[in-house]
Amino acid sequence: METWAIVSICVLLGLTTRWTVSLNSYSGASKPPMFGDYEAQRHWQEVTYNIPVHQWYFNTTDNDLNYWGLDYPPLTAYHSLLCAHVANLINPDWVKLHSSRGFESPAHKLFMRATVIVADILIYIPAVVIYCLYLTEGSAKRKASMLLCVLLYPGLILIDNGHFQYNSISLGLALWGVLGLGLGWDLLGSLAFTLALNYKQMELYHALPFFCYLLGKCVRQGLTGRGLTALVKIAVTVLLSFALCWSPFLSDPQQAVQVARRLFPVGRGLFEDKVANTWCSLNVLIKIKTLLSPETQIYLSLAATLLAVSPSSVKLLTKPTFWQFRLALVNSSLAFFLFSYQVHEKSILLAALPVCLLMNELPLVSVWFLQASTFSMLPLLLKDGLFLPYIVTSLGFLFFGLHLLSLLDRGTADDLRLGPLCGRLGACLPGLTFSSLVRWGFASSVLAIAALTFSSAVLAAPARFPDLFPVLVSTLTYAHFLGAFVYFSIVQLVDVPRRSSKKKAN
Amino acid sequence: MAVQKKEFCSWFSALAIGVSLLKCLLINTYHSTDFEVHRNWLAITHSLPVSKWYFEEYSEWTLDYPPLFAWFEYGLSHIAKYFDNKMLVLQNLNHASPATVLFQRLSVIFTDLVFIYAVKECCKCVQDKKGTKITLENPRFVLAVLLLWNFGLLIVDHIHFQYNGFLFGILLLSVARHFQGRHLEGAFLFSVLLNLKHIYLYIAPAYGIYLLRSFCFIQDSPDRSIKWRNFSIVRLLELAVIVCSVFAVSFGPFIALGQFPQVVSRLFPFKRGLCHAYWAPNFWALYNAADKALAILGVKLKLLDMQRLPKASMTGGLVQEFRHSVLPSVSPLATLICTLISVLPAILHIWLRPTGARAFLRCIIICAMGSFMFGWHVHEKAILMAVLPLSLLAVENQRDAGIFLILATTANFSLFPLLFTTPELPIKILLMLLFTIYSFTSLRMLFRATGPLINSVESAYLIGFVPLEILCEFVYPLTLWQQTLPFIPLMLTSLYCALGVTYSFLRLYVSLFSGQDFTSKAKT
Repeated sequence: METWAIVSICVLLGLTTRWTVSLNSYSGASKPPMFGDYEAQRHWQEVTYNIPVHQWYFNTTDNDLNYWGLDYPPLTAYHSLLCAHVANLINPDWVKLHSSRGFESPAHKLFMRATVIVADILIYIPAVVIYCLYLTEGSAKRKASMLLCVLLYPGLILIDNGHFQYNSISLGLALWGVLGLGLGWDLLGSLAFTLALNYKQMELYHALPFFCYLLGKCVRQGLTGRGLTALVKIAVTVLLSFALCWSPFLSDPQQAVQVARRLFPVGRGLFEDKVANTWCSLNVLIKIKTLLSPETQIYLSLAATLLAVSPSSVKLLTKPTFWQFRLALVNSSLAFFLFSYQVHEKSILLAALPVCLLMNELPLVSVWFLQASTFSMLPLLLKDGLFLPYIVTSLGFLFFGLHLLSLLDRGTADDLRLGPLCGRLGACLPGLTFSSLVRWGFASSVLAIAALTFSSAVLAAPARFPDLFPVLVSTLTYAHFLGAFVYFSIVQLVDVPRRSSKKKAN
Repeated sequence: MAVQKKEFCSWFSALAIGVSLLKCLLINTYHSTDFEVHRNWLAITHSLPVSKWYFEEYSEWTLDYPPLFAWFEYGLSHIAKYFDNKMLVLQNLNHASPATVLFQRLSVIFTDLVFIYAVKECCKCVQDKKGTKITLENPRFVLAVLLLWNFGLLIVDHIHFQYNGFLFGILLLSVARHFQGRHLEGAFLFSVLLNLKHIYLYIAPAYGIYLLRSFCFIQDSPDRSIKWRNFSIVRLLELAVIVCSVFAVSFGPFIALGQFPQVVSRLFPFKRGLCHAYWAPNFWALYNAADKALAILGVKLKLLDMQRLPKASMTGGLVQEFRHSVLPSVSPLATLICTLISVLPAILHIWLRPTGARAFLRCIIICAMGSFMFGWHVHEKAILMAVLPLSLLAVENQRDAGIFLILATTANFSLFPLLFTTPELPIKILLMLLFTIYSFTSLRMLFRATGPLINSVESAYLIGFVPLEILCEFVYPLTLWQQTLPFIPLMLTSLYCALGVTYSFLRLYVSLFSGQDFTSKAKT
């Protein structure tokens, strides 16, 4: 069959899954007074449509920042404004100032869902297709399998098309940045990444690898000659696109400061709810949130994050290859997720995106991680009434991963890029091959996830521990994420030559 | 061989599990009144004694399927009570709690396992192409996708809500048994099918004649003339015992209760009109349109008196009797005669020149299409009875592949009006694109060596569906006519599709008489 047909079938399957998931409930559906992320996005449309730009980020009589005040960078605000104009064309009640608060109707849900899938079609999906076709090694079948698996990754679908957010825009723009760098169009790549950063400040998780890769590459070309001009060009591109995004707020320094203050709300505390990162997991044992002063918490998390992210950044700086870059993206985003301040459970999607990009080279670990990342959002999805789509999409992803990427045959030390390290490990564990060990680990992890999913959904938590299941979920996934961070760091730092895998691919 | 078998199981289970998961994602989509129909039947069979099943009329959706289907609902109701007891109460009209929806949807998904098994058996009947190692180029793979992922079946069963998958499963299994030479099993399955849903009576003539001619005659004479000394009474008796015992189990209790006439009156309600609310794209749709056109023309030319024309909006939405204004009105008997005439040549053909199971399958398809074209009160869904069996022929023969592409695309498009709600609009378009792109590219790949499958006029006709869809569902609702003439898009769809269906019907007849099944038989 022709490639275009296979690609379009994969894309259509991805779109069908997205749309069918979007027919389910969303976050905060008919739950006044605060509702949820769906209402936040609708409220931003209302605010940007009715209020002049200079008041968007300020608390005024018409703009109550305590009710879902705008706290994303300007590009999100512009996107809301664009959606608001369309909404106003269809039904002005959807964005009427004040009176539209908490507006819900089937037609409005349809409109909001459509805006998400349009963003998917315009930004995220084309980037995935290009990545799988042009930056993936191997046969056509392998490329198509990877395309299908990336498009069916449940975490992103459930959060964007179920819970309701626009991660596919920020992640899609970041992916365009990766594409630009991978295909050698550094300027286009940095432009796309700057836009991503200006859509969602959380993209800072990915910023260091982009910076180190580009800097390392320029250093390699010679900082006095071609490298310098390249660096200047990149810097100018970034600065110009930043200035363009922020232009309405640059006239008055007070404006810019206020926007920045809204973007980085340091007063919110070390973590919220139950999130599978170090601080929240540590909190089960030591109550750091109450023991340490807020300021110490900030410095502690900052120091820990920098410490965790520096090895991969330094390595990338000295060896700026595309492979290293992708690994650094994973390591950096995981380091931020595990150690930084004010992390949300949904931020794991930032790590999931670069892991998706490694699905061809490291299929077993990637699928394993992605499965765990979807599972880590289970408490949230249960709250939103998305249990059924969660089960179906997770099963589908696991099954297609196993079937199309033949995961279980790809668990040898060589496949996992751990060749030289495992010689020693094998000596310690006689009678067990490395790959069977990995397989057992994978199987027991899937079983644990299944068991915990079942008990969270069906069993009632004991009265003494009302948060028992969310805590268990976050602890189990924390173990997975920490393991993944260690593993990906080793792979990046040891950097086993890739000859063996290339032979196989051919 | 073992490797091949393992591979077959591997990709087949992937396709089956994939489509089953997709079905699970469709649980929360719109469902039609058929959902309430089946809920009501669950309640009837669960809460009433057998003697009252066919008399109960608290809900307007009375039980009008044959007894075996009622027993099937009875069986389901015993699982249903663990989901939500309230759905089994007769008075709870339109009860659709989340648990009820989940149960009913899952019941369709799980009974589809019969369909999946039947598809697997059908795939085994298809010749493996020699020299292809690539799974995607294997005719069996293509057939499995065309059947399991059939667009029409997916939306009719898993969005609109019906149990066709399980019923077609039995039909395909019966066909596969005939392919495998296990005729008695095939006959048994078909009689069970008839007692589950009597719409399959449409294809009963093909079964009857085929079994008489190819099973009851022990050996074939070389010139295919009928030699009565080859006729085996024993085989006929075997068949009769099987068929009669199935009918006895099904209808026996009702005959014993003296309710047979009541059951039959429920099964064949001739009080309904010639056409369903939305005209199925068949001959009568063209006939109605011609009538309407002539009436308008007559009024324009002052040949007819406006006042004297019968007033009836043909697509008003209600199932009603309808009188034509210019052309003669059609009676149920007339449609029966038309149907019989339309399928008679095909039946005579397999009686006079029996050429094996493939010709039999072709005859089934022609019977299904003949009754679709000329039947009384035909539903648009009935076209699936022709599309699904035709998939089997399409992967083996180039000309059939061409007919399949035209018929399947037309039939699928004609099912679009079933889903008229906006949230389901993207689903139907996406799934339709999925199925159409796959069927075109895969069949073209199978017959790469033998030239194009459809000619330019046919492809122009099929491309016409794109502007038609845009006009009917995107442009027309914005115009003022939407209020005054809301039925125009449905009528256009139905008429345009009727052309394609009629054309495929004629092509199928040509293929039957051109005798290409000889070659297929010689190969097997």
